[in-house]
Amino acid sequence: MSEPTLYELSSTGRTGVTFPEPDVPLTDLPSNFLRSDLPLPELSEIDVIRHFTHLSHLNYSIDENIYPLGSCTMKYNPRINEETARMAGFAFSHPMQPIETTQGNLALMYQLQEWLQEISGFEGVTLQPAAGAHGEFVGVMMIRAYHRDRNDAKRIKILIPDSAHGTNPASSSMIGMEVVTVPSDPRGNVDLEALKAACDDTLAGLMLTNPNTLGLFDEHIQQVIDIVHKAGGLVYGDGANLNALMGIIRPGDVGFDLMHFNLHKTFSTPHGGGGPGSGPVGVSAKLVDFLPEPLVDIIEEAEEDLPPLYGFKKPAKTIGRIKAFHGHFGVLVRAFTYIMMHGAAGLRTVSEMAVLNANYLLAKVRKTYTIPYDRICMHEFVAEGRWQDAEGVHALDIAKRLMDYNFHPPTNYFPLIVPEALMIEPTETESMQSLDAFADALIKIADEAHRSPELLKEAPHNSPTKRLDEVKAARDLVLCCWRPEEKD
Amino acid sequence: MFTPHTKTEISTMLKVVGVNRLEELFQVVPESCRYPKLNLPAGLSEMETRQELQLLSESNETAHDLACFLGAGAYNHYSPAGVDAIIRRGEFLTAYTPYQPEISQGTLQAIFEYQSLIANLTGMEVCNASHYDGATACAEAAVMAYHTFRGKRSKIVLSPAIHPHYRETIRTYMQGYTNLTITGDEPGIDLQQHPSALKTLIDDNTSLVYIQYPDFFGRIFDLKEIVEVAHTAGAMVAVAVNPISLGLLIPPGEFGADIVTGEGQPLGLPLSFGGPYLGIFATKKEYIHKIAGRLVGETVDKDGKRAYVLTLTAREQHIRRERATSNICTNQGLMALASTVYLSLLGKSGLKQVATLSYQKAHYAFERIIQIPGYQAWNSDPFFNEFVIKCPKPVDEINFHLLDHGILGGYDLGLVYPKLKGHMLLACTEVNTRQEIGGLVNVLTEVTHE
Amino acid sequence: MNIPKELKYEKTDEWVKVEDKTGTVGISDYAQEQLSDIVYVDITLSVGDKVKKGVVIASIESVKAAADVNMPVSGTVLEVNTGLSDTPEQVNTDPYGSAWMVKIQLDNPQELSTLMDGAAYEKYCAERVH
Repeated sequence: MSEPTLYELSSTGRTGVTFPEPDVPLTDLPSNFLRSDLPLPELSEIDVIRHFTHLSHLNYSIDENIYPLGSCTMKYNPRINEETARMAGFAFSHPMQPIETTQGNLALMYQLQEWLQEISGFEGVTLQPAAGAHGEFVGVMMIRAYHRDRNDAKRIKILIPDSAHGTNPASSSMIGMEVVTVPSDPRGNVDLEALKAACDDTLAGLMLTNPNTLGLFDEHIQQVIDIVHKAGGLVYGDGANLNALMGIIRPGDVGFDLMHFNLHKTFSTPHGGGGPGSGPVGVSAKLVDFLPEPLVDIIEEAEEDLPPLYGFKKPAKTIGRIKAFHGHFGVLVRAFTYIMMHGAAGLRTVSEMAVLNANYLLAKVRKTYTIPYDRICMHEFVAEGRWQDAEGVHALDIAKRLMDYNFHPPTNYFPLIVPEALMIEPTETESMQSLDAFADALIKIADEAHRSPELLKEAPHNSPTKRLDEVKAARDLVLCCWRPEEKD
Repeated sequence: MFTPHTKTEISTMLKVVGVNRLEELFQVVPESCRYPKLNLPAGLSEMETRQELQLLSESNETAHDLACFLGAGAYNHYSPAGVDAIIRRGEFLTAYTPYQPEISQGTLQAIFEYQSLIANLTGMEVCNASHYDGATACAEAAVMAYHTFRGKRSKIVLSPAIHPHYRETIRTYMQGYTNLTITGDEPGIDLQQHPSALKTLIDDNTSLVYIQYPDFFGRIFDLKEIVEVAHTAGAMVAVAVNPISLGLLIPPGEFGADIVTGEGQPLGLPLSFGGPYLGIFATKKEYIHKIAGRLVGETVDKDGKRAYVLTLTAREQHIRRERATSNICTNQGLMALASTVYLSLLGKSGLKQVATLSYQKAHYAFERIIQIPGYQAWNSDPFFNEFVIKCPKPVDEINFHLLDHGILGGYDLGLVYPKLKGHMLLACTEVNTRQEIGGLVNVLTEVTHE
Repeated sequence: MNIPKELKYEKTDEWVKVEDKTGTVGISDYAQEQLSDIVYVDITLSVGDKVKKGVVIASIESVKAAADVNMPVSGTVLEVNTGLSDTPEQVNTDPYGSAWMVKIQLDNPQELSTLMDGAAYEKYCAERVH
């Protein structure tokens, strides 16, 4: 039984939440601007609550079970974050209030900037970007602005490894840079010779995810960075995989010039079914002037028993404003809460356990699944979802069969350089027991793939829906609810 | 604290992995940089953390305790309890992007419903699953228009009465496009002008004409003429909206808009110091392959059961990579859900009520303020819930007085429009009471006596 | 795999049917099979356009992939198959017939010698690792 849509549940004349009559004398409405019809559904409050409650039951979530999506870092979302983000002084503050009235917010943002700098080894941070991809866009814009500022506008080439997330090349072309792909070597590192060959005086920079999307820490990271720097380019870090590195290494220390953070990955803010995220960007000293505006800073230094006055500054060579207001403050509060609870020792434990969990899971499935790059992994690893002797079984089938075991599948078909890829990231909040259960399911499914593959091919059997007709969805486009009038 | 591992378990796991110590897992990390000492305060318990955050929160003065007359793109509307009750459900809060549709039908159907409600509210045919906010939605519209003409039209005409942040964001996004002209909002332009005045700038090199409705100053204008002029020149028209106003006003889809963008924060989302908000983006069916952002479509499963799935995904970055026109991945899923619950709880009559109340409170406040000697109306055009007042004293001075009396005053327009120094932009919503407005009038009067 | 012998093929899977000084262009059976269910075809040319070999002339999207179509030989556009945008699935069902994309006047017939004939293309497809 599918859940009806809001329009199907609607009943003419029904009201939900109502408001008081006007307590002021009335002004005529502007008659020539009034709409004649407002086609919204009419539901009572219980209708609405029941409807969305039913819908929620159709969703898998972290609260349900392990969510091993590679490079997504689906760790537990602490409930205290939901409390702090909703504190009245945060939730009811308007972005355009006089700064004197929102010092609590500004102090929090300034402190978060400092903490992120400390964690990553950078000298400046912008909290404005709304998501990781937004941060990447900011990063590439800053790289471009940096070279143009030095009268080196011919530097338009951005090097991106073949294992990179699609947002990397997309962010680069959005600002008119030329994307050149760099291959990986057989051990999953950036191919040094190919990298050297691609470096010339049109090089703007390299976008590097480290550990990469194979879950591997580049064995020549220092050399990679040196090669790019020697050729006059900057090194951008895609910080999606920072969960493996906190307290282990600081990207700034090893030579990254800038990097974005994904607060909704590493710092536990909830994914919300597709956002909101937050993608702050950390930069080294040479890029601080190019950060987006506005930037939170100390306007008046602390004096005796007076705290500093926090406010906004416009960096000297700013790339400009990248969204309205100041960033996803509600998400920043959650990340701030998380870092405050953990401290340095706690964050290091997070990364250590994330890496231990991934290696443990890898060890448990190594004999059953082909691991194309079989060395100690970081917080995630990639397996091949296929076997020579199980013809016709693909990663997709394994993914769908996992649903029958009440698990969310790992990331499928990414990174592109591994055929039938299954990218698995357990995160540090999974217990050994949880990992054992997941490994058992993977091993059982491998067995089924050989003995009774139709179980995989017909999967999922027990979920709210079976496999969907995606061709029909794209060819017979229906993007809005049917209205009752239309259905007749 | 959220890692469940016991010492024994760690020991067992290390054995299975085949190492003796945790340190062996990190040998690949360059030794000179390994294990930096992070200078962060020691971790706190949940209880202590809550106390610290409480202190920070309480050091602010906000619309929670103050009567709020500040708008300028973010509004203090009432959010019914049902909204938060739904978005706090773990099944929505902690779910990922619905790439595996069989176990994400909750999220998918909710987005589908969001798309429908917004399409109907704006009078457009299709709507995407959201952009980051009203400003980035504008930027994406400008980029989309540019690519629709394949770069052959290199001019964008912007009304100066579009939110300054939106116009700045458009310029930032398009700084990599050579030979692009963005015009219409130059400093010194007559801000009193009707949007039709932009028609002198429209020609066959114009890809997009952008107007805000109601505009940044709260004004409502008849946009039929400017739309016609734009279309005759072959250009697209985009309109940035306040979705609450569409509870009353003719939606842009009905007067020919090609794209409608907007800020969805007023639809039940907290002010939250500027974010996370909700970027609305709706357009015509004919542009469906050109738009950025996720789309949810209806289909059936193997058994013929109706279901929902992310569709036309080949437009997006994970497939197109460097050929994508937008890099957007994570968007504002939970905020779109919140707005859907808000619109469902209010429904047809509730949204009209909120829009009407906002209108009535604002007009009452306006009428009373212009009676105060020294305060003048800036213009005489119809407005929705926001208006501009010329003040007898500097706006920041007036706002400090207002704060002393528990009132959050309007926006100082002189900060972004040099010609509007001394002018304040005030907003009212259904939350403002007659008493609060009376209080505002009293203090504004008081200020002129000092 | 259908590979009509009388056509010429480019490495990037476009075919050209030459009739006198005119050519018809489309994508091969191999290409449509790789892309799988096609949902959108966007031909970015107009009649009269002069297009050089190698320039991107169309964008194709399927449920799981996107691909560019490149001009296999330089030419001036005589006709564009605008009907394809309404029924993109023709590319899957009839890639050499109703799913032709553009008809052109060949501007530089010597370029035809850089293309493969049916037999060479068949061999090329067999060697490719997917």
